[in-house]
Formats: sequence, C-alpha cells, structure tokens
Amino acid sequence: MTASNKTTNILVCGTGGQGVMTATEILAEAALSLGFDAKKTEVAGMSQRGGVVTSHLRFGERVLSPQIVPGEADLLVGFEAAEALRWVHMLRPGAVVLMNVGRLVPPVVNIGLFDYPEDPVAEIRALGLEVHAFDASALAQELGNIRLGNTVMLGAMADRLPFPAEVLREAVLARFASRKPQLVDVNRQAFELGRRAVAEEALAA
Amino acid sequence: MGAPLPAPAASRLFLSGNEAVARAVWETGCKVAAAYPGTPSTEILEELAHYPDLYAEWSVNEKVSLEVALGASMMGARAFCAMKHVGLNVASDALMTMTVTGTEGGLVIAVADDVGMSSSQNEQDSRFWGRFAHLPVLEPADAQEAYAMTKAAFELAERHRCPVILRLTTRICHVKGRVEVGERVAVEPAGFTKDPRRWVMVPGNAKPRLPLMFEREAALAAEAETSDLNPLFDGSDLSVGFVASGPAFMHVREAFPDAPLLKLGLSCPLPLHKIRALAGRVQHLVVVEETEPLVESELKAAGIPCHGKDILPRLGELAPDVLRPAVARLFGGAAPAPAHVPAQQVFPRPPTMCVACPHLGVYYTLSQMRNLIISGDIGCYTLGAGHPWNALDTCISMGASMGMALGMDKGRGAADANKKVVAVIGDSTFLHMGMQGLLDITYNRGNVTILLLDNRAVGMTGGQDNPGTGRDLHGEEAQRVDFAKLCEALGVKRERIRVVDPYQLPVLFKALREETKVEEPSVIITDRPCVLIDHYQPTKPYLVVDERCTGCGNCVDVGCPAIHVTRRETEVKPSGKEVELSFVRIETSACTGCGLCVQPCAPEAIVHADPVHPIQFLRKQ
Ligand code: SF4
Ligand code: SF4
Repeated sequence: MTASNKTTNILVCGTGGQGVMTATEILAEAALSLGFDAKKTEVAGMSQRGGVVTSHLRFGERVLSPQIVPGEADLLVGFEAAEALRWVHMLRPGAVVLMNVGRLVPPVVNIGLFDYPEDPVAEIRALGLEVHAFDASALAQELGNIRLGNTVMLGAMADRLPFPAEVLREAVLARFASRKPQLVDVNRQAFELGRRAVAEEALAA
Repeated sequence: MGAPLPAPAASRLFLSGNEAVARAVWETGCKVAAAYPGTPSTEILEELAHYPDLYAEWSVNEKVSLEVALGASMMGARAFCAMKHVGLNVASDALMTMTVTGTEGGLVIAVADDVGMSSSQNEQDSRFWGRFAHLPVLEPADAQEAYAMTKAAFELAERHRCPVILRLTTRICHVKGRVEVGERVAVEPAGFTKDPRRWVMVPGNAKPRLPLMFEREAALAAEAETSDLNPLFDGSDLSVGFVASGPAFMHVREAFPDAPLLKLGLSCPLPLHKIRALAGRVQHLVVVEETEPLVESELKAAGIPCHGKDILPRLGELAPDVLRPAVARLFGGAAPAPAHVPAQQVFPRPPTMCVACPHLGVYYTLSQMRNLIISGDIGCYTLGAGHPWNALDTCISMGASMGMALGMDKGRGAADANKKVVAVIGDSTFLHMGMQGLLDITYNRGNVTILLLDNRAVGMTGGQDNPGTGRDLHGEEAQRVDFAKLCEALGVKRERIRVVDPYQLPVLFKALREETKVEEPSVIITDRPCVLIDHYQPTKPYLVVDERCTGCGNCVDVGCPAIHVTRRETEVKPSGKEVELSFVRIETSACTGCGLCVQPCAPEAIVHADPVHPIQFLRKQ
C-alpha cells in the first residue's frame, strides 16, 4: 500500500455487536486527521442481531464510490475467524489478512444444520494469502473486558497502514479521552497487545 | 442519547448521510420534524432530537408524521418528515392530496429506499411516488450532497409551493464522508391564511386545483433543464455516455472516469432536452439507476435511444463491479477478470434474536405447540421465523398480522378446522397499524389469539421510543399507553386479556393453551423490556454442570445465542432407536441470567455461575 495517489481499501468484518463499525470509524478518523478524503460504509442488515457485518473504508486523495470492489481490498481485518474466511474474495493479490481466531458460533451451527469451518486460518493460508492470526478475544479477556477486542484488533492493524501506527493509536485514545477517560489506559494496553501479537506472529510464521 | 452538540458553522465533519440531512434541516430554520423509525432513515430524527430551536417527534406512523409536517407548513413554518420506502406507502394517502393543495412553509419528505434490501420486506423505488404525485424528486449521491440538497429542497419547495421528495438510499443514509457545514438561519413562520378553497379538499375545491398541479410540473421541468442540480461532467471517451443519479452516480464516476456523465440531482421531472443533447454526442447512452428502469422508460417514451436494464441488473445496488462487466458486454468485449481469490463456502449467519431476548420464551413456547397458524408482523420478533423456532407462518407489512389473522380465521376450510390462529405483534407495530386490525377482529367476531409482545421499544431499529414506552424522542418522560386497557377499548373482553411474563415458560404455555381454546378474540401481553435498552437489568449468569448434562438439547431449542453445543453424539436406545445428543456450554460472559434455558432442563444441569456479573461490570465502567 502506498499513500497519497492510490485509494486504500480496508475491509473490516465480524458479527453484529463486536464493534466492527466503531473500529472502522476510528480508522477513518485517523485517515481524516492526515487530510485524506475518506468514505465509510457498512453492509449490515440487522447488525445488532448477530448477523454478518462488514465495514468498508476507502481513503485517498478523493474517494467516489464508498464500496470496495471484490478483488480490490488491500487489507482484510477479521474480528471473527469464519467471517474472515467468508470475505477473502474481496482481496487483491498480495493483500494481507489480520484475524482473530476467536469463534462465534451461530444457532444454525449449534443445531447442526451447518458446520463451522475446521481451521479457517489454514484455509485462508492455502489460498496463498498472507495471514496474521491471533486470539484477540483471549487478549481482551485477559485485560478483563471482551469489548477491548476491537482496540486489540486496531492495534493489530497499526503497522499495516499507509500512515504511522501512532496516528491510529492517537485516534483510538482520543475517542476514549472524550467519552470514557477512565478507559484510556486499558485501551492503550489493548492496542499495544494487538500490535505486539501481530508482530510476534509474523516473526513466528 | 449522547450525541455531540451541533458543530460550529463552517467546519468539516465526518458525517453519515442521515446526519448530514439532519444538520441541513436544522440550518434551514425548520420548525417541525416528525418520523416513525425505519431503517435506513431512523437516525435522521435521532440526530434532529439533539438540535435546539426545533420540534422533533416520533410519530406513531408515517402518515401521521406527514400530516404533522403539513400542519406546520400550513402555518408557514418549514417542516420535515423522514421515512423508509415502505413508510411512504403508508403516508401516501396524505401525500396524494397534499400535492393538490400544495404547501406553504417548505415541506421536505426524506424517503430512504433500502436498495439491496438489508432489512426490509421489499425493495421498492420511491421515485415513482414523485411521478405519481407530480412532485419534484431530489437524489443526492453522498453525504455532502445530502446536506446540500436538503437545503436546496426547502428552497425548491417554497419556490413551487409543493412538497419535495428527497430520495435517499441505504448507501446515502449509512455512508460516512466529509461534509462541510454552515450556519443556521432563523425563519419565522408566515402564519396561517384561511382559504377553504385551497385547504378543504372537497371535489368542488379540489377540481380547480388540478390544473395548477400540472402548471407547477411544467415549471419544474423547465427548471430541471438549467438547474445546477443536474450538472454534466464532460469526458474524453465518447463511446459511452451515462445518465445517473444518487449513489449510482459515484459508482459510474469511479468505474468510467473518462465518460461523459449527466448527473440527475433533480431527477423528476426530467431535463429531457439536456439528455437528448448528450445522447446525440455519444455512441451509446446508458442510464444507471437504482432500482427500476424509470428514467430509462421515460427516455424511450421520449424517443431517446438508451440502454439500461437490458445490460444492468434489475435488482440491488449498482456498484462499480456490477457496472464494468455490464458495459463491457455492450461492446461485445469480454467481461473483466473476476476476483482473484474465489469466494469460500461458509455457513450462513442470518440475524438472530439476542441473548436473553424476551421473545425467546414466546417463540420457544410457540414452537412446542401443535396446530397453530401463526400470523407474524414486522419487527425483531420476525426473527422467530428463523432457527431454531420456525414459529412464524407469515409476515407482510406493518400491522398486517391482525387483518391477516382475521382473514385466515374466516377463510379457513375443513382442512384447517382444528387449527388455531395466533397473531404476533410488537408494541410499536401495534400502535403503528395494528390497532385498527384488532378492532376489525373484535368487531367481526374473529377467533384469533393475539400475542402482543411489549418489549417497550422499537427493537429492530435500535430501541427507539413510542407511546408504549413512556418516553419521547428526547428520552423525556411521556404518557405511557396501557396496552391492556387499549385492547379492552378496542373490544377485547377484559377476561380475555392477560399480561404474562415471557420468562415464565409454564405460565406462557398455559395462557396460550387456554386462550387458543376459547372461541373469541383474546390478547396475551408479554411485558419485559428489550435487552438492548438501558433499563434492562441483567442478573447472575448461568453455567452448565457437565456431569449432569444429558445432552437432551432442550436448552438449544430455546435459541439463546449464549448457549453453545460443544459435542454431538448419537445414542442407540435399547429399543434400537437412534437419538441425537447435543452437549452444551453457556457463554457465561454473555449470559444475563434470564433463566429461560433453565426451565426446560430436566436434569437441572444449568446452575448459577460466579456471582459477579460481567455485563453489570462492563456497564459500571
Ligand atoms: S439464562 Fe440461558 S437463556 Fe437466559 S441468557 Fe443465560 S444462557 Fe441465555
Ligand atoms: S437442557 Fe440441560 S441436559 Fe439438556 S442439553 Fe441443555 S443443559 Fe444439557
């Protein structure tokens, strides 16, 4: 990904209630703070009801259509393992997948109508994509709050963007500073945990 | 509600189309704004609620909201109402007469079409209403334009003394982009001028007004030819030219940056001369419109050759990936290569009811009962049609469950003689359009049992308030309707109205069994709040004691998303019969302790977990 002249396409996916939209919003704020034009849109039906959620973010000099064309996403960020697998066709060759291996199993799988994929990470890797997978849900739990998962995921993205990681971190912290200042510290930790998790995973791979 | 206060003038904000419309409505000095919540239009009024100097309300339905706006307009005030596409069907009765009377203070109707049907029962093109009612239609293409055109709409409305339809789509309402905003102007209502010949639409008064409506239409058509709202973007490649409106415009610009493109901001009435001139310059003219071939048909009728739905899909959104191959076909060329990574087969993940949703118990109970025909309605509880309950037989439109249930009762033949008709409706839906249907049931002696699921919220759109919640759009205390009394007033006998706790499965089951046995209308009201709204109180969560769980799967049938199957086994009974066993786990961090799944668990394997409740813990933060 290069800055300025090319539009950057980031697809964030997960399920309703995971904070996918908020994370993308923060990402957009970071891009806007650098003077990029940006458009953000969701493809989510009844998003609060556990359904599939994808959030499209496009930023660059001038952005027209808000939607990412299949095959043109630069980065896929999966908040849930099977959801990352569901959206891989959106990626361009050489794109990167960052994903949480944490699983959310829907009722149709629970009642035995469908199977949950055995190993979504391996399946994505088999398609020839660069994958960085880690357990963001567990990291968030360790910090005492599953809702920190989206900050962990934002941290994971931080070194994969066409702008410095600090810009994104500031955008995350600024949001909490204005709304819930008592949560700034724990979010800083979550952000760094996610960032480190991806770096370590990249080394190990 | 804690949205930020209105931003200072002349700042650039990152706004959704809905937020941009709200901002513009406030800036134009609008005095009255009304709506019934409906995706994707809901947030417009939620935003307006935060602005000072303006009256904003949730109305009980769209027709009422439009009537409220018209009343204000008659006073000379600027007025606004918002609705989703199907809402305009409801409001159409008022609309079709208000086009004859015309308006005074600028009246703008924002109508949001759910193109692609993310959360609606149909996909319909509201631009038809513009033609039907001979009213101008404006179509913004992104948030900045939504802001600018809202302002233009008020001016147009006042210039022509008629309502203006601001047609939005999901891709406007819910897309965020940079928006440059301005300052508010105060507009003092001119006052009401008594004029029965204009405002009292009896035939003698209405007939002389019809020619005025057509004069207005001609004036609007002339304006469309020269309006800045319909700019031509010239291009170097004349092999194909485009006419597009709304978000489709952005997609065309993205996919064909070098092609000439006429953007229709004011798309009704059409600037036919301008379009004809463009058609004469390009090899092919392609009309890109969501969703119906409306402009295309009008161009063809005017003798302007063009392509449209012959090469483009009839349904859904027209994103760049749809446009490119379609236009490539026009030149007989191969479609561009498809995506590099093939789409993977992953299980479907349809929306489902929330953890501890009070509707779970209702649908679990319905799924356990035989010989019911269940007439459903619009709202969260429509999800009862899905797995694992499969407990809804119909769903058509707001409030239709009532009348349809009566029709099912009256229309049944011998084959259905032993079936009981049950209608399921939510609190807000009942107030929106259900009341009249219930009156019809009682009046015509229908044998229907109504389940009125009062969760004190318009749940599906995010928990908005209504006259059943005791709060208004601003979250302030308001009168709360008494559903039991209301049903009684609509003709249901007092002894046939029961209020039950939907978390008490045996009570619910008994009430349903008894009420479906009686041969007259009865109402069972369930009275527990939606789990997503503030006053829902979670308690101690549960967990499953593995050693006690027999794998019967009864708790799975309740359908709470906090219950997960960890292991499946097939057991062969001594009789030789095979039984599927599902052993489960409860996601304790999600469980709110509602106690529903505990009830069908015979071996008492579900017990209270740790006393500290994680959700309460989160809320405290
Ligand atoms: S008690 Fe059972 S049904 Fe209720 S929230 Fe917990 S897991 Fe879900
Ligand atoms: S109902 Fe009880 S015994 Fe049956 S599967 Fe659920 S926890 Fe196990």
